Amino acid sequence: MFKKSTFVAALLAATVVSGVASAKTFVYCSEASPEGFDPGLYTAGTTFDASAHPVYSRLLEFKKGTTETEPALAESYEVSDDGLVYTFKLRPGVKFQTTDFFTPTRDLNADDVIFSFERQWKADNAWNKYVEGASWEYFAGMGMPDLLQSIEKVDDLTVKFTLKQQSAPFIANIAMPFASILSKEYADKLQAEGKMNQINQQPVGTGPFTFVGYQQDAVIRYKKNPDYWGDAPKIDDLVFAITTDASVRFQKLKAGECHLMPYPNAADVEAIKADSNLKVSEQEGLNVAYLAYNTTQAPFDKVEVRKALNMAINKQAIVDAVFQGAATTAKNPIPPTMWSYNNSIEDDKYDPDAAKAALEAAGVKDLSMKIWAMPVARPYMLNARRAAELIQSDFDKIGVKAEIVSYEWAEYLDKSKAKDRDGAVMLGWTGDNGDPDNFLDTLLGCDAVGGNNRAQWCNKEFDDLVTKAQQVTDVAERTKLYEQAQVVFKREAPWATLDHSLAIVPMRANVEGFVQSPLGDFTFDTVDITE
Amino acid sequence: MFRFFLGRLAVLIPTFIGVSIIAFSFIRLLPGDPVALLSGERVMSPERHAEISAQLGLDRPIVIQYLDYLWGVLQGDFGTSISTKQPVLQQFMELFPATLELSLCAIIFAIILGIPAGVFAAIKRGTIFDQAIMGTALIGFSMPIFWWGLLLIILFSGILQWTPVSGRISLMYFFPSVTGFMLIDSLLSGQPGAFKSAVSHLILPTIVLGTIPLAVIARQTRSAMLEVLSEDYVRTARAKGLSAYRVVGIHALRNAMIPVVTTIGLQVGVMLAGAILTESIFSWPGIGKWMVDSVFRRDYPVIQGGLLIIAGIIMLVNLMVDLLYGLINPRIRH
Repeated sequence: MFKKSTFVAALLAATVVSGVASAKTFVYCSEASPEGFDPGLYTAGTTFDASAHPVYSRLLEFKKGTTETEPALAESYEVSDDGLVYTFKLRPGVKFQTTDFFTPTRDLNADDVIFSFERQWKADNAWNKYVEGASWEYFAGMGMPDLLQSIEKVDDLTVKFTLKQQSAPFIANIAMPFASILSKEYADKLQAEGKMNQINQQPVGTGPFTFVGYQQDAVIRYKKNPDYWGDAPKIDDLVFAITTDASVRFQKLKAGECHLMPYPNAADVEAIKADSNLKVSEQEGLNVAYLAYNTTQAPFDKVEVRKALNMAINKQAIVDAVFQGAATTAKNPIPPTMWSYNNSIEDDKYDPDAAKAALEAAGVKDLSMKIWAMPVARPYMLNARRAAELIQSDFDKIGVKAEIVSYEWAEYLDKSKAKDRDGAVMLGWTGDNGDPDNFLDTLLGCDAVGGNNRAQWCNKEFDDLVTKAQQVTDVAERTKLYEQAQVVFKREAPWATLDHSLAIVPMRANVEGFVQSPLGDFTFDTVDITE
Repeated sequence: MFRFFLGRLAVLIPTFIGVSIIAFSFIRLLPGDPVALLSGERVMSPERHAEISAQLGLDRPIVIQYLDYLWGVLQGDFGTSISTKQPVLQQFMELFPATLELSLCAIIFAIILGIPAGVFAAIKRGTIFDQAIMGTALIGFSMPIFWWGLLLIILFSGILQWTPVSGRISLMYFFPSVTGFMLIDSLLSGQPGAFKSAVSHLILPTIVLGTIPLAVIARQTRSAMLEVLSEDYVRTARAKGLSAYRVVGIHALRNAMIPVVTTIGLQVGVMLAGAILTESIFSWPGIGKWMVDSVFRRDYPVIQGGLLIIAGIIMLVNLMVDLLYGLINPRIRH
C-alpha cells in the first residue's frame, strides 16, 4: 500500500519514533480520506487539511483564527494605483522540503509561483491535464481565468500579477488552498521521469510538515519540516488517523487513541464537555443557512409578504431542535466572524400575530407554498427536514399552508436554480476565503440569478454596493459598503436568514495551542502536547 | 469433471456481461450529475459544465460510453475515478487485501463456531440447548450491523478497554506493506508487538462481520443435520453399533455438508455487503467504504468498476463452490 519510494522514509520515521523517547507525536482523527495531495485539483476541506495546510504555503495566508490575510511566502506586496497590478516580493531563502523522493537544489523563486498558477490556468501547460479529468475547480470557481491577464517574473524574488479588472477579493483568493505554491524543480524532475502523477501522491512544499507516507483510507504521516520558514512546529510527528464515523472518533478520543477530532455528533457534545480528560474549542463557523424565496414569483415578489413570513419563523426553536444549541440564529447573510458584519441591524422579531396582520395587510389570503428541504446534512443545517417541519408549523400558525418537498442532493441543487422555481428553498453556504464578497456577491448579486442566487433577487441598490466594494482595495471603505449592503438586504428580505452553526472541536485536555479557523481548516503547526 | 467446469464457465460469460450492463446503467439511473457534484453548492456555469462533461466523455451517447468502457475493461482498464483522479483498478488493488483479510477471518470465525453449534443443536433437538442456540442465532441474524458494532466498541473498547476502537493496527507500528494482509505483514516486519496489535484490531470487526454468517450457518447446519439424522443409513450405522462420534461426525455430517457449503458460498455476497457497514464503523480501509463514498459522489467509474470486480469475485467463488460439490457428492458432476 505504500509506494516503494516511501519505504525508506517509513522505516526511518519508525526508527525515529521508537528511538527517541521524547519525540512528540500528535494524532488527529480526521473525518475522511483526502482525494489526493495536489490542492489545486480538489474542493474538499478534508483534502486541504491533509495537503495545503501541512505541506504547502501560499504567497499570503490567513492570520490564525481570522479571515484576514498576512504575508507568508510573499514578504510584502504592492498594488498599482489603478488596482490592476499586484507585485509580490518573495521571502528570500525559503527552502522546499527534503524527502527521500526529492532533494531540492535551490530556494523558492518566482518560477515556482508562476508554475503553480499557470498549470491551473493555461491549457497549453504540460501540467494542465496531468491527471485525467483535472478541472481545477477552485481556480475556475473563484473566477481566476477571467480575472488574470498575466503573471510575470520581474526578478528571482519578484512576481507581478496583472488583472483584467479591479478585484479586491483577489488578495483573499491568493491565500486559498488552491493557490498553494509547488516546487517547479520537483515538477520538472517528475515530468522528465514520466511520473507526473506522483505530484498528487507525494507532495513537496514549503509548509510546516513534510509528507512521509499515506496508506489509503487509513493513515497519513508527516514529520516536522526542519527548514520551515515560519515558527517551527512544536510537535515532531503528525499523524492523521482516518476515522469516518463520528461516534467512533469520539470513542477513540476518549480512549486516548487520538488528540483531536473534527465534527462530533451534536448528541455527544454534552458527554464530551462532561469528561475531565477532554475539552472543546467552539467558534461560529463561516457559514449561513437560509430560506430563499423566489422573489420573481407572486406573492413573494412583494417585500411585505417576505417580511411577514420572516416574522413568523421561530429561528431559536430551529437552533434548539436541530443543533441542540450548537448554532446561533442569523440576522445577516454573512456570519458574525466575518469582517464588515453589521451588528447594528435588528432582526425581524418572532411575532406570529404581527406576521398574520402584515400578511393580511398585504392582501394575501389562503397562501399555500412549497418549502424545499435538503436531503443531506450540511455543516450549516444538520437536519433540513426537521427545520422545514418547524417552519411549516410556524407558517401554519399564520394561516399559510406549506408543503415540504425534497429531491436527491444533486437534483436538488440543480432544480433549485430555476428562475421560475416554485416555493422557498432552504440552502446555505460555507465561505471559501473569508471575503464578504464571497457571500454577498456570490449568493445575492444580479449575475448569480439563475445560479447561486436562489432568491432570483436582483436589486440595483444592493448590486451597486457590492460591485463597488469589489473595485476598491481599502478595507475600511469596503467595510462601509458591505455594511450598507446588509441594510438593503434586511430591508428587502429576499431570504429568511436561519442560522450560523458553531464549529465544535473536541480534544484531549493536554492539547495546547490549537487555534480554530473560521474557515473550518484544521492546522497543527501551533499545537503542543503537555504532560 | 472438466466438462462440468467448462459448462459452468460458459454460464459465467453472459452473467458477467449482464452484470457489466447493470453496473453501468443502474448508477446512471440514479438522479444526480457527477459533474455538478464536483462543485457542490457552488454553481458551475453551463459552459464549464459542458467542458468538463466532454473531458470525462460523459457527453457521448450512453451506448458508445458503455462499449468504450467494456473495451477498456477487456484490456484491464477500469477507468479513472472522477473524484480522486486515480485509476480504479489501482485503488481497488490497494484496498482489497484489507477487505479480504477481514472477510476471511469473519467466515472462518463463522464456520468454526457455526457448524459445531448447528450440529449440537440438532443432536439436542427440542432441548433447552437447541432453543438457546437457535434463539441466539435468530438475534444474531436480525442484529443491525451498525448498531451491533457500536455496541461492541462502547463495551469492549470504551468501558472495558480490552480492544482498540478502530483501525487495522496501532499507529505506533509503521512498516511497508508487502502482502497487504496486516497479520502477515506485521509478522514480516519483525517489530515486537506488531502482530499482537494487528490481531487485537481484528477481533471486533471479525465478530461483527461474522455474526450474520455465523447465525445462518448454524441454522442451516442444524436443519441439514436433522434431515440426515433421520435417514435410514444413519439408523443402520447406529444399529451396527458405531460410536455416536462416528455416526454424527463421519456418516451424517459429511452428507449434511452439501447445503451448508452452498450456504457458506452464498455468504460471500452477504459478507461483502456487510463489509461496507463494518468497514465504515471500524475505519477499516477496505473496498466497502470506498464504494459507499463513490455512490454519494456519483463517481461512475469507481462504482461500475468496483461492482464489476466484486461481482466477478462472487461468481468465481460460486464456481468454486459448484466444483466443491462435485468433490463432496460425485452424483452432481453428471
